[in-house]
Amino acid sequence: MIERRPFVQKILKNRQSNLRVVSGLGTSTWDLMSGGDDKANFGFIGAMGQAIPFALGLAMAQPDLRILLFTGDGDTLMSLGSIATVANHPVTNLTIVVMDNESYVETGSQPTATAGKTDLEIVAKGSGISNSYTIKNEKDYDRLIKTIYEEEGPSLVVAKCQAKATPLVFPHSFDGSVSINRFMSTLKS
Amino acid sequence: MEGAIKDWRNDIYKVFKELDITMVSHVPDAGHTPLINLCEKDNEIDVVTLTTEQDGVGLSCGAFAGGRKSALLMQSSGVGNCINALALPNICRIPFLTLVSMRGEWGEFVPWQVPMGLGTPKVLEAMDVKVFRTDYKEEVGSTVDAAARFAFNTNRSAAVLLSQKMIGAKQFKNG
Ligand SMILES: Cc1ncc(C[n+]2csc(CCOP(=O)(O)OP(=O)(O)O)c2C)c(N)n1
Ligand SMILES: [Mg+2]
Repeated sequence: MIERRPFVQKILKNRQSNLRVVSGLGTSTWDLMSGGDDKANFGFIGAMGQAIPFALGLAMAQPDLRILLFTGDGDTLMSLGSIATVANHPVTNLTIVVMDNESYVETGSQPTATAGKTDLEIVAKGSGISNSYTIKNEKDYDRLIKTIYEEEGPSLVVAKCQAKATPLVFPHSFDGSVSINRFMSTLKS
Repeated sequence: MEGAIKDWRNDIYKVFKELDITMVSHVPDAGHTPLINLCEKDNEIDVVTLTTEQDGVGLSCGAFAGGRKSALLMQSSGVGNCINALALPNICRIPFLTLVSMRGEWGEFVPWQVPMGLGTPKVLEAMDVKVFRTDYKEEVGSTVDAAARFAFNTNRSAAVLLSQKMIGAKQFKNG
């Protein structure tokens, strides 16, 4: 099992300038913010299920950047169909990392379908995202970095991690318009 | 002369070109098919087929963040699928444009289309979406243009309801 917060922080600490990072609601956004305030990040705090389609639209609009989405298994399960959409409208610059703690940690750690019989790597592969694999410990860091910056996407990586509640780390603002405008200031259109 | 009026979807397509709308997402509806076909023939427009309408909201917002304008095409039933997703453009003040082909209102054959047809304007308004409506072919271009400018100039959500009276109600035949 991966301890997610230090794992996310390590990816952020070594980030390259062509990376933009989006996070889905729940623990993923607090993890992202725990790496320090950075205008090149955008964190969802609601609109559950919309992080994957948002990342797809962003990746299509900014093909010269690398787009990384961290999101939860719960958020992903709410919009499973979006994985098929990503697969069929290929974006080579998108990596989705599902922080799969097999539970809805944000709401009290109720088990999700991945605690049962559902395997998101197989869902991704079956949906047509061939570059999909599961990582279970920190040793897979280098492989993931290669996927994020070099491999032809779209990619979906299932990161099995602990279902442990961590302290919330708030973004610069809870006002979405402030967050998105700061994020957009890092993009050329 | 009825034949002199070209298909009104051409007028929508013209607005897309004029306002630089380069991404069009949809769950298909027969009412939108001619427009989808026009967009698919255009190399400058990316057409994204969704599995559920709500994903078009997130897609559209991500595209706008990245500097591209888009429109979501759906039938009225699809509006119901979008409700919570509409919080995203609302709270982020991202312009969002959708064109809705109406069912369940004018000579509808299928009773199952009626609940969401009746609910469509109420649901959109409940989510702070500015609702425009067109009943006549001649006003489609100007209405879509107005709605798009409203959305992109004021960073709000806008919907154009394309009435069933204008699209035509298909009478189904058994067998
Ligand atoms: C439509 C909707 N349903 C339910 C919630 C409540 N909710 C907030 S976060 C969350 C769980 C997210 O689970 P997951 O994506 O796995 O995140 P993590 O386990 O990393 O916290 C839920 C259910 C919500 N915000 N929106
Ligand atoms: Mg989870």
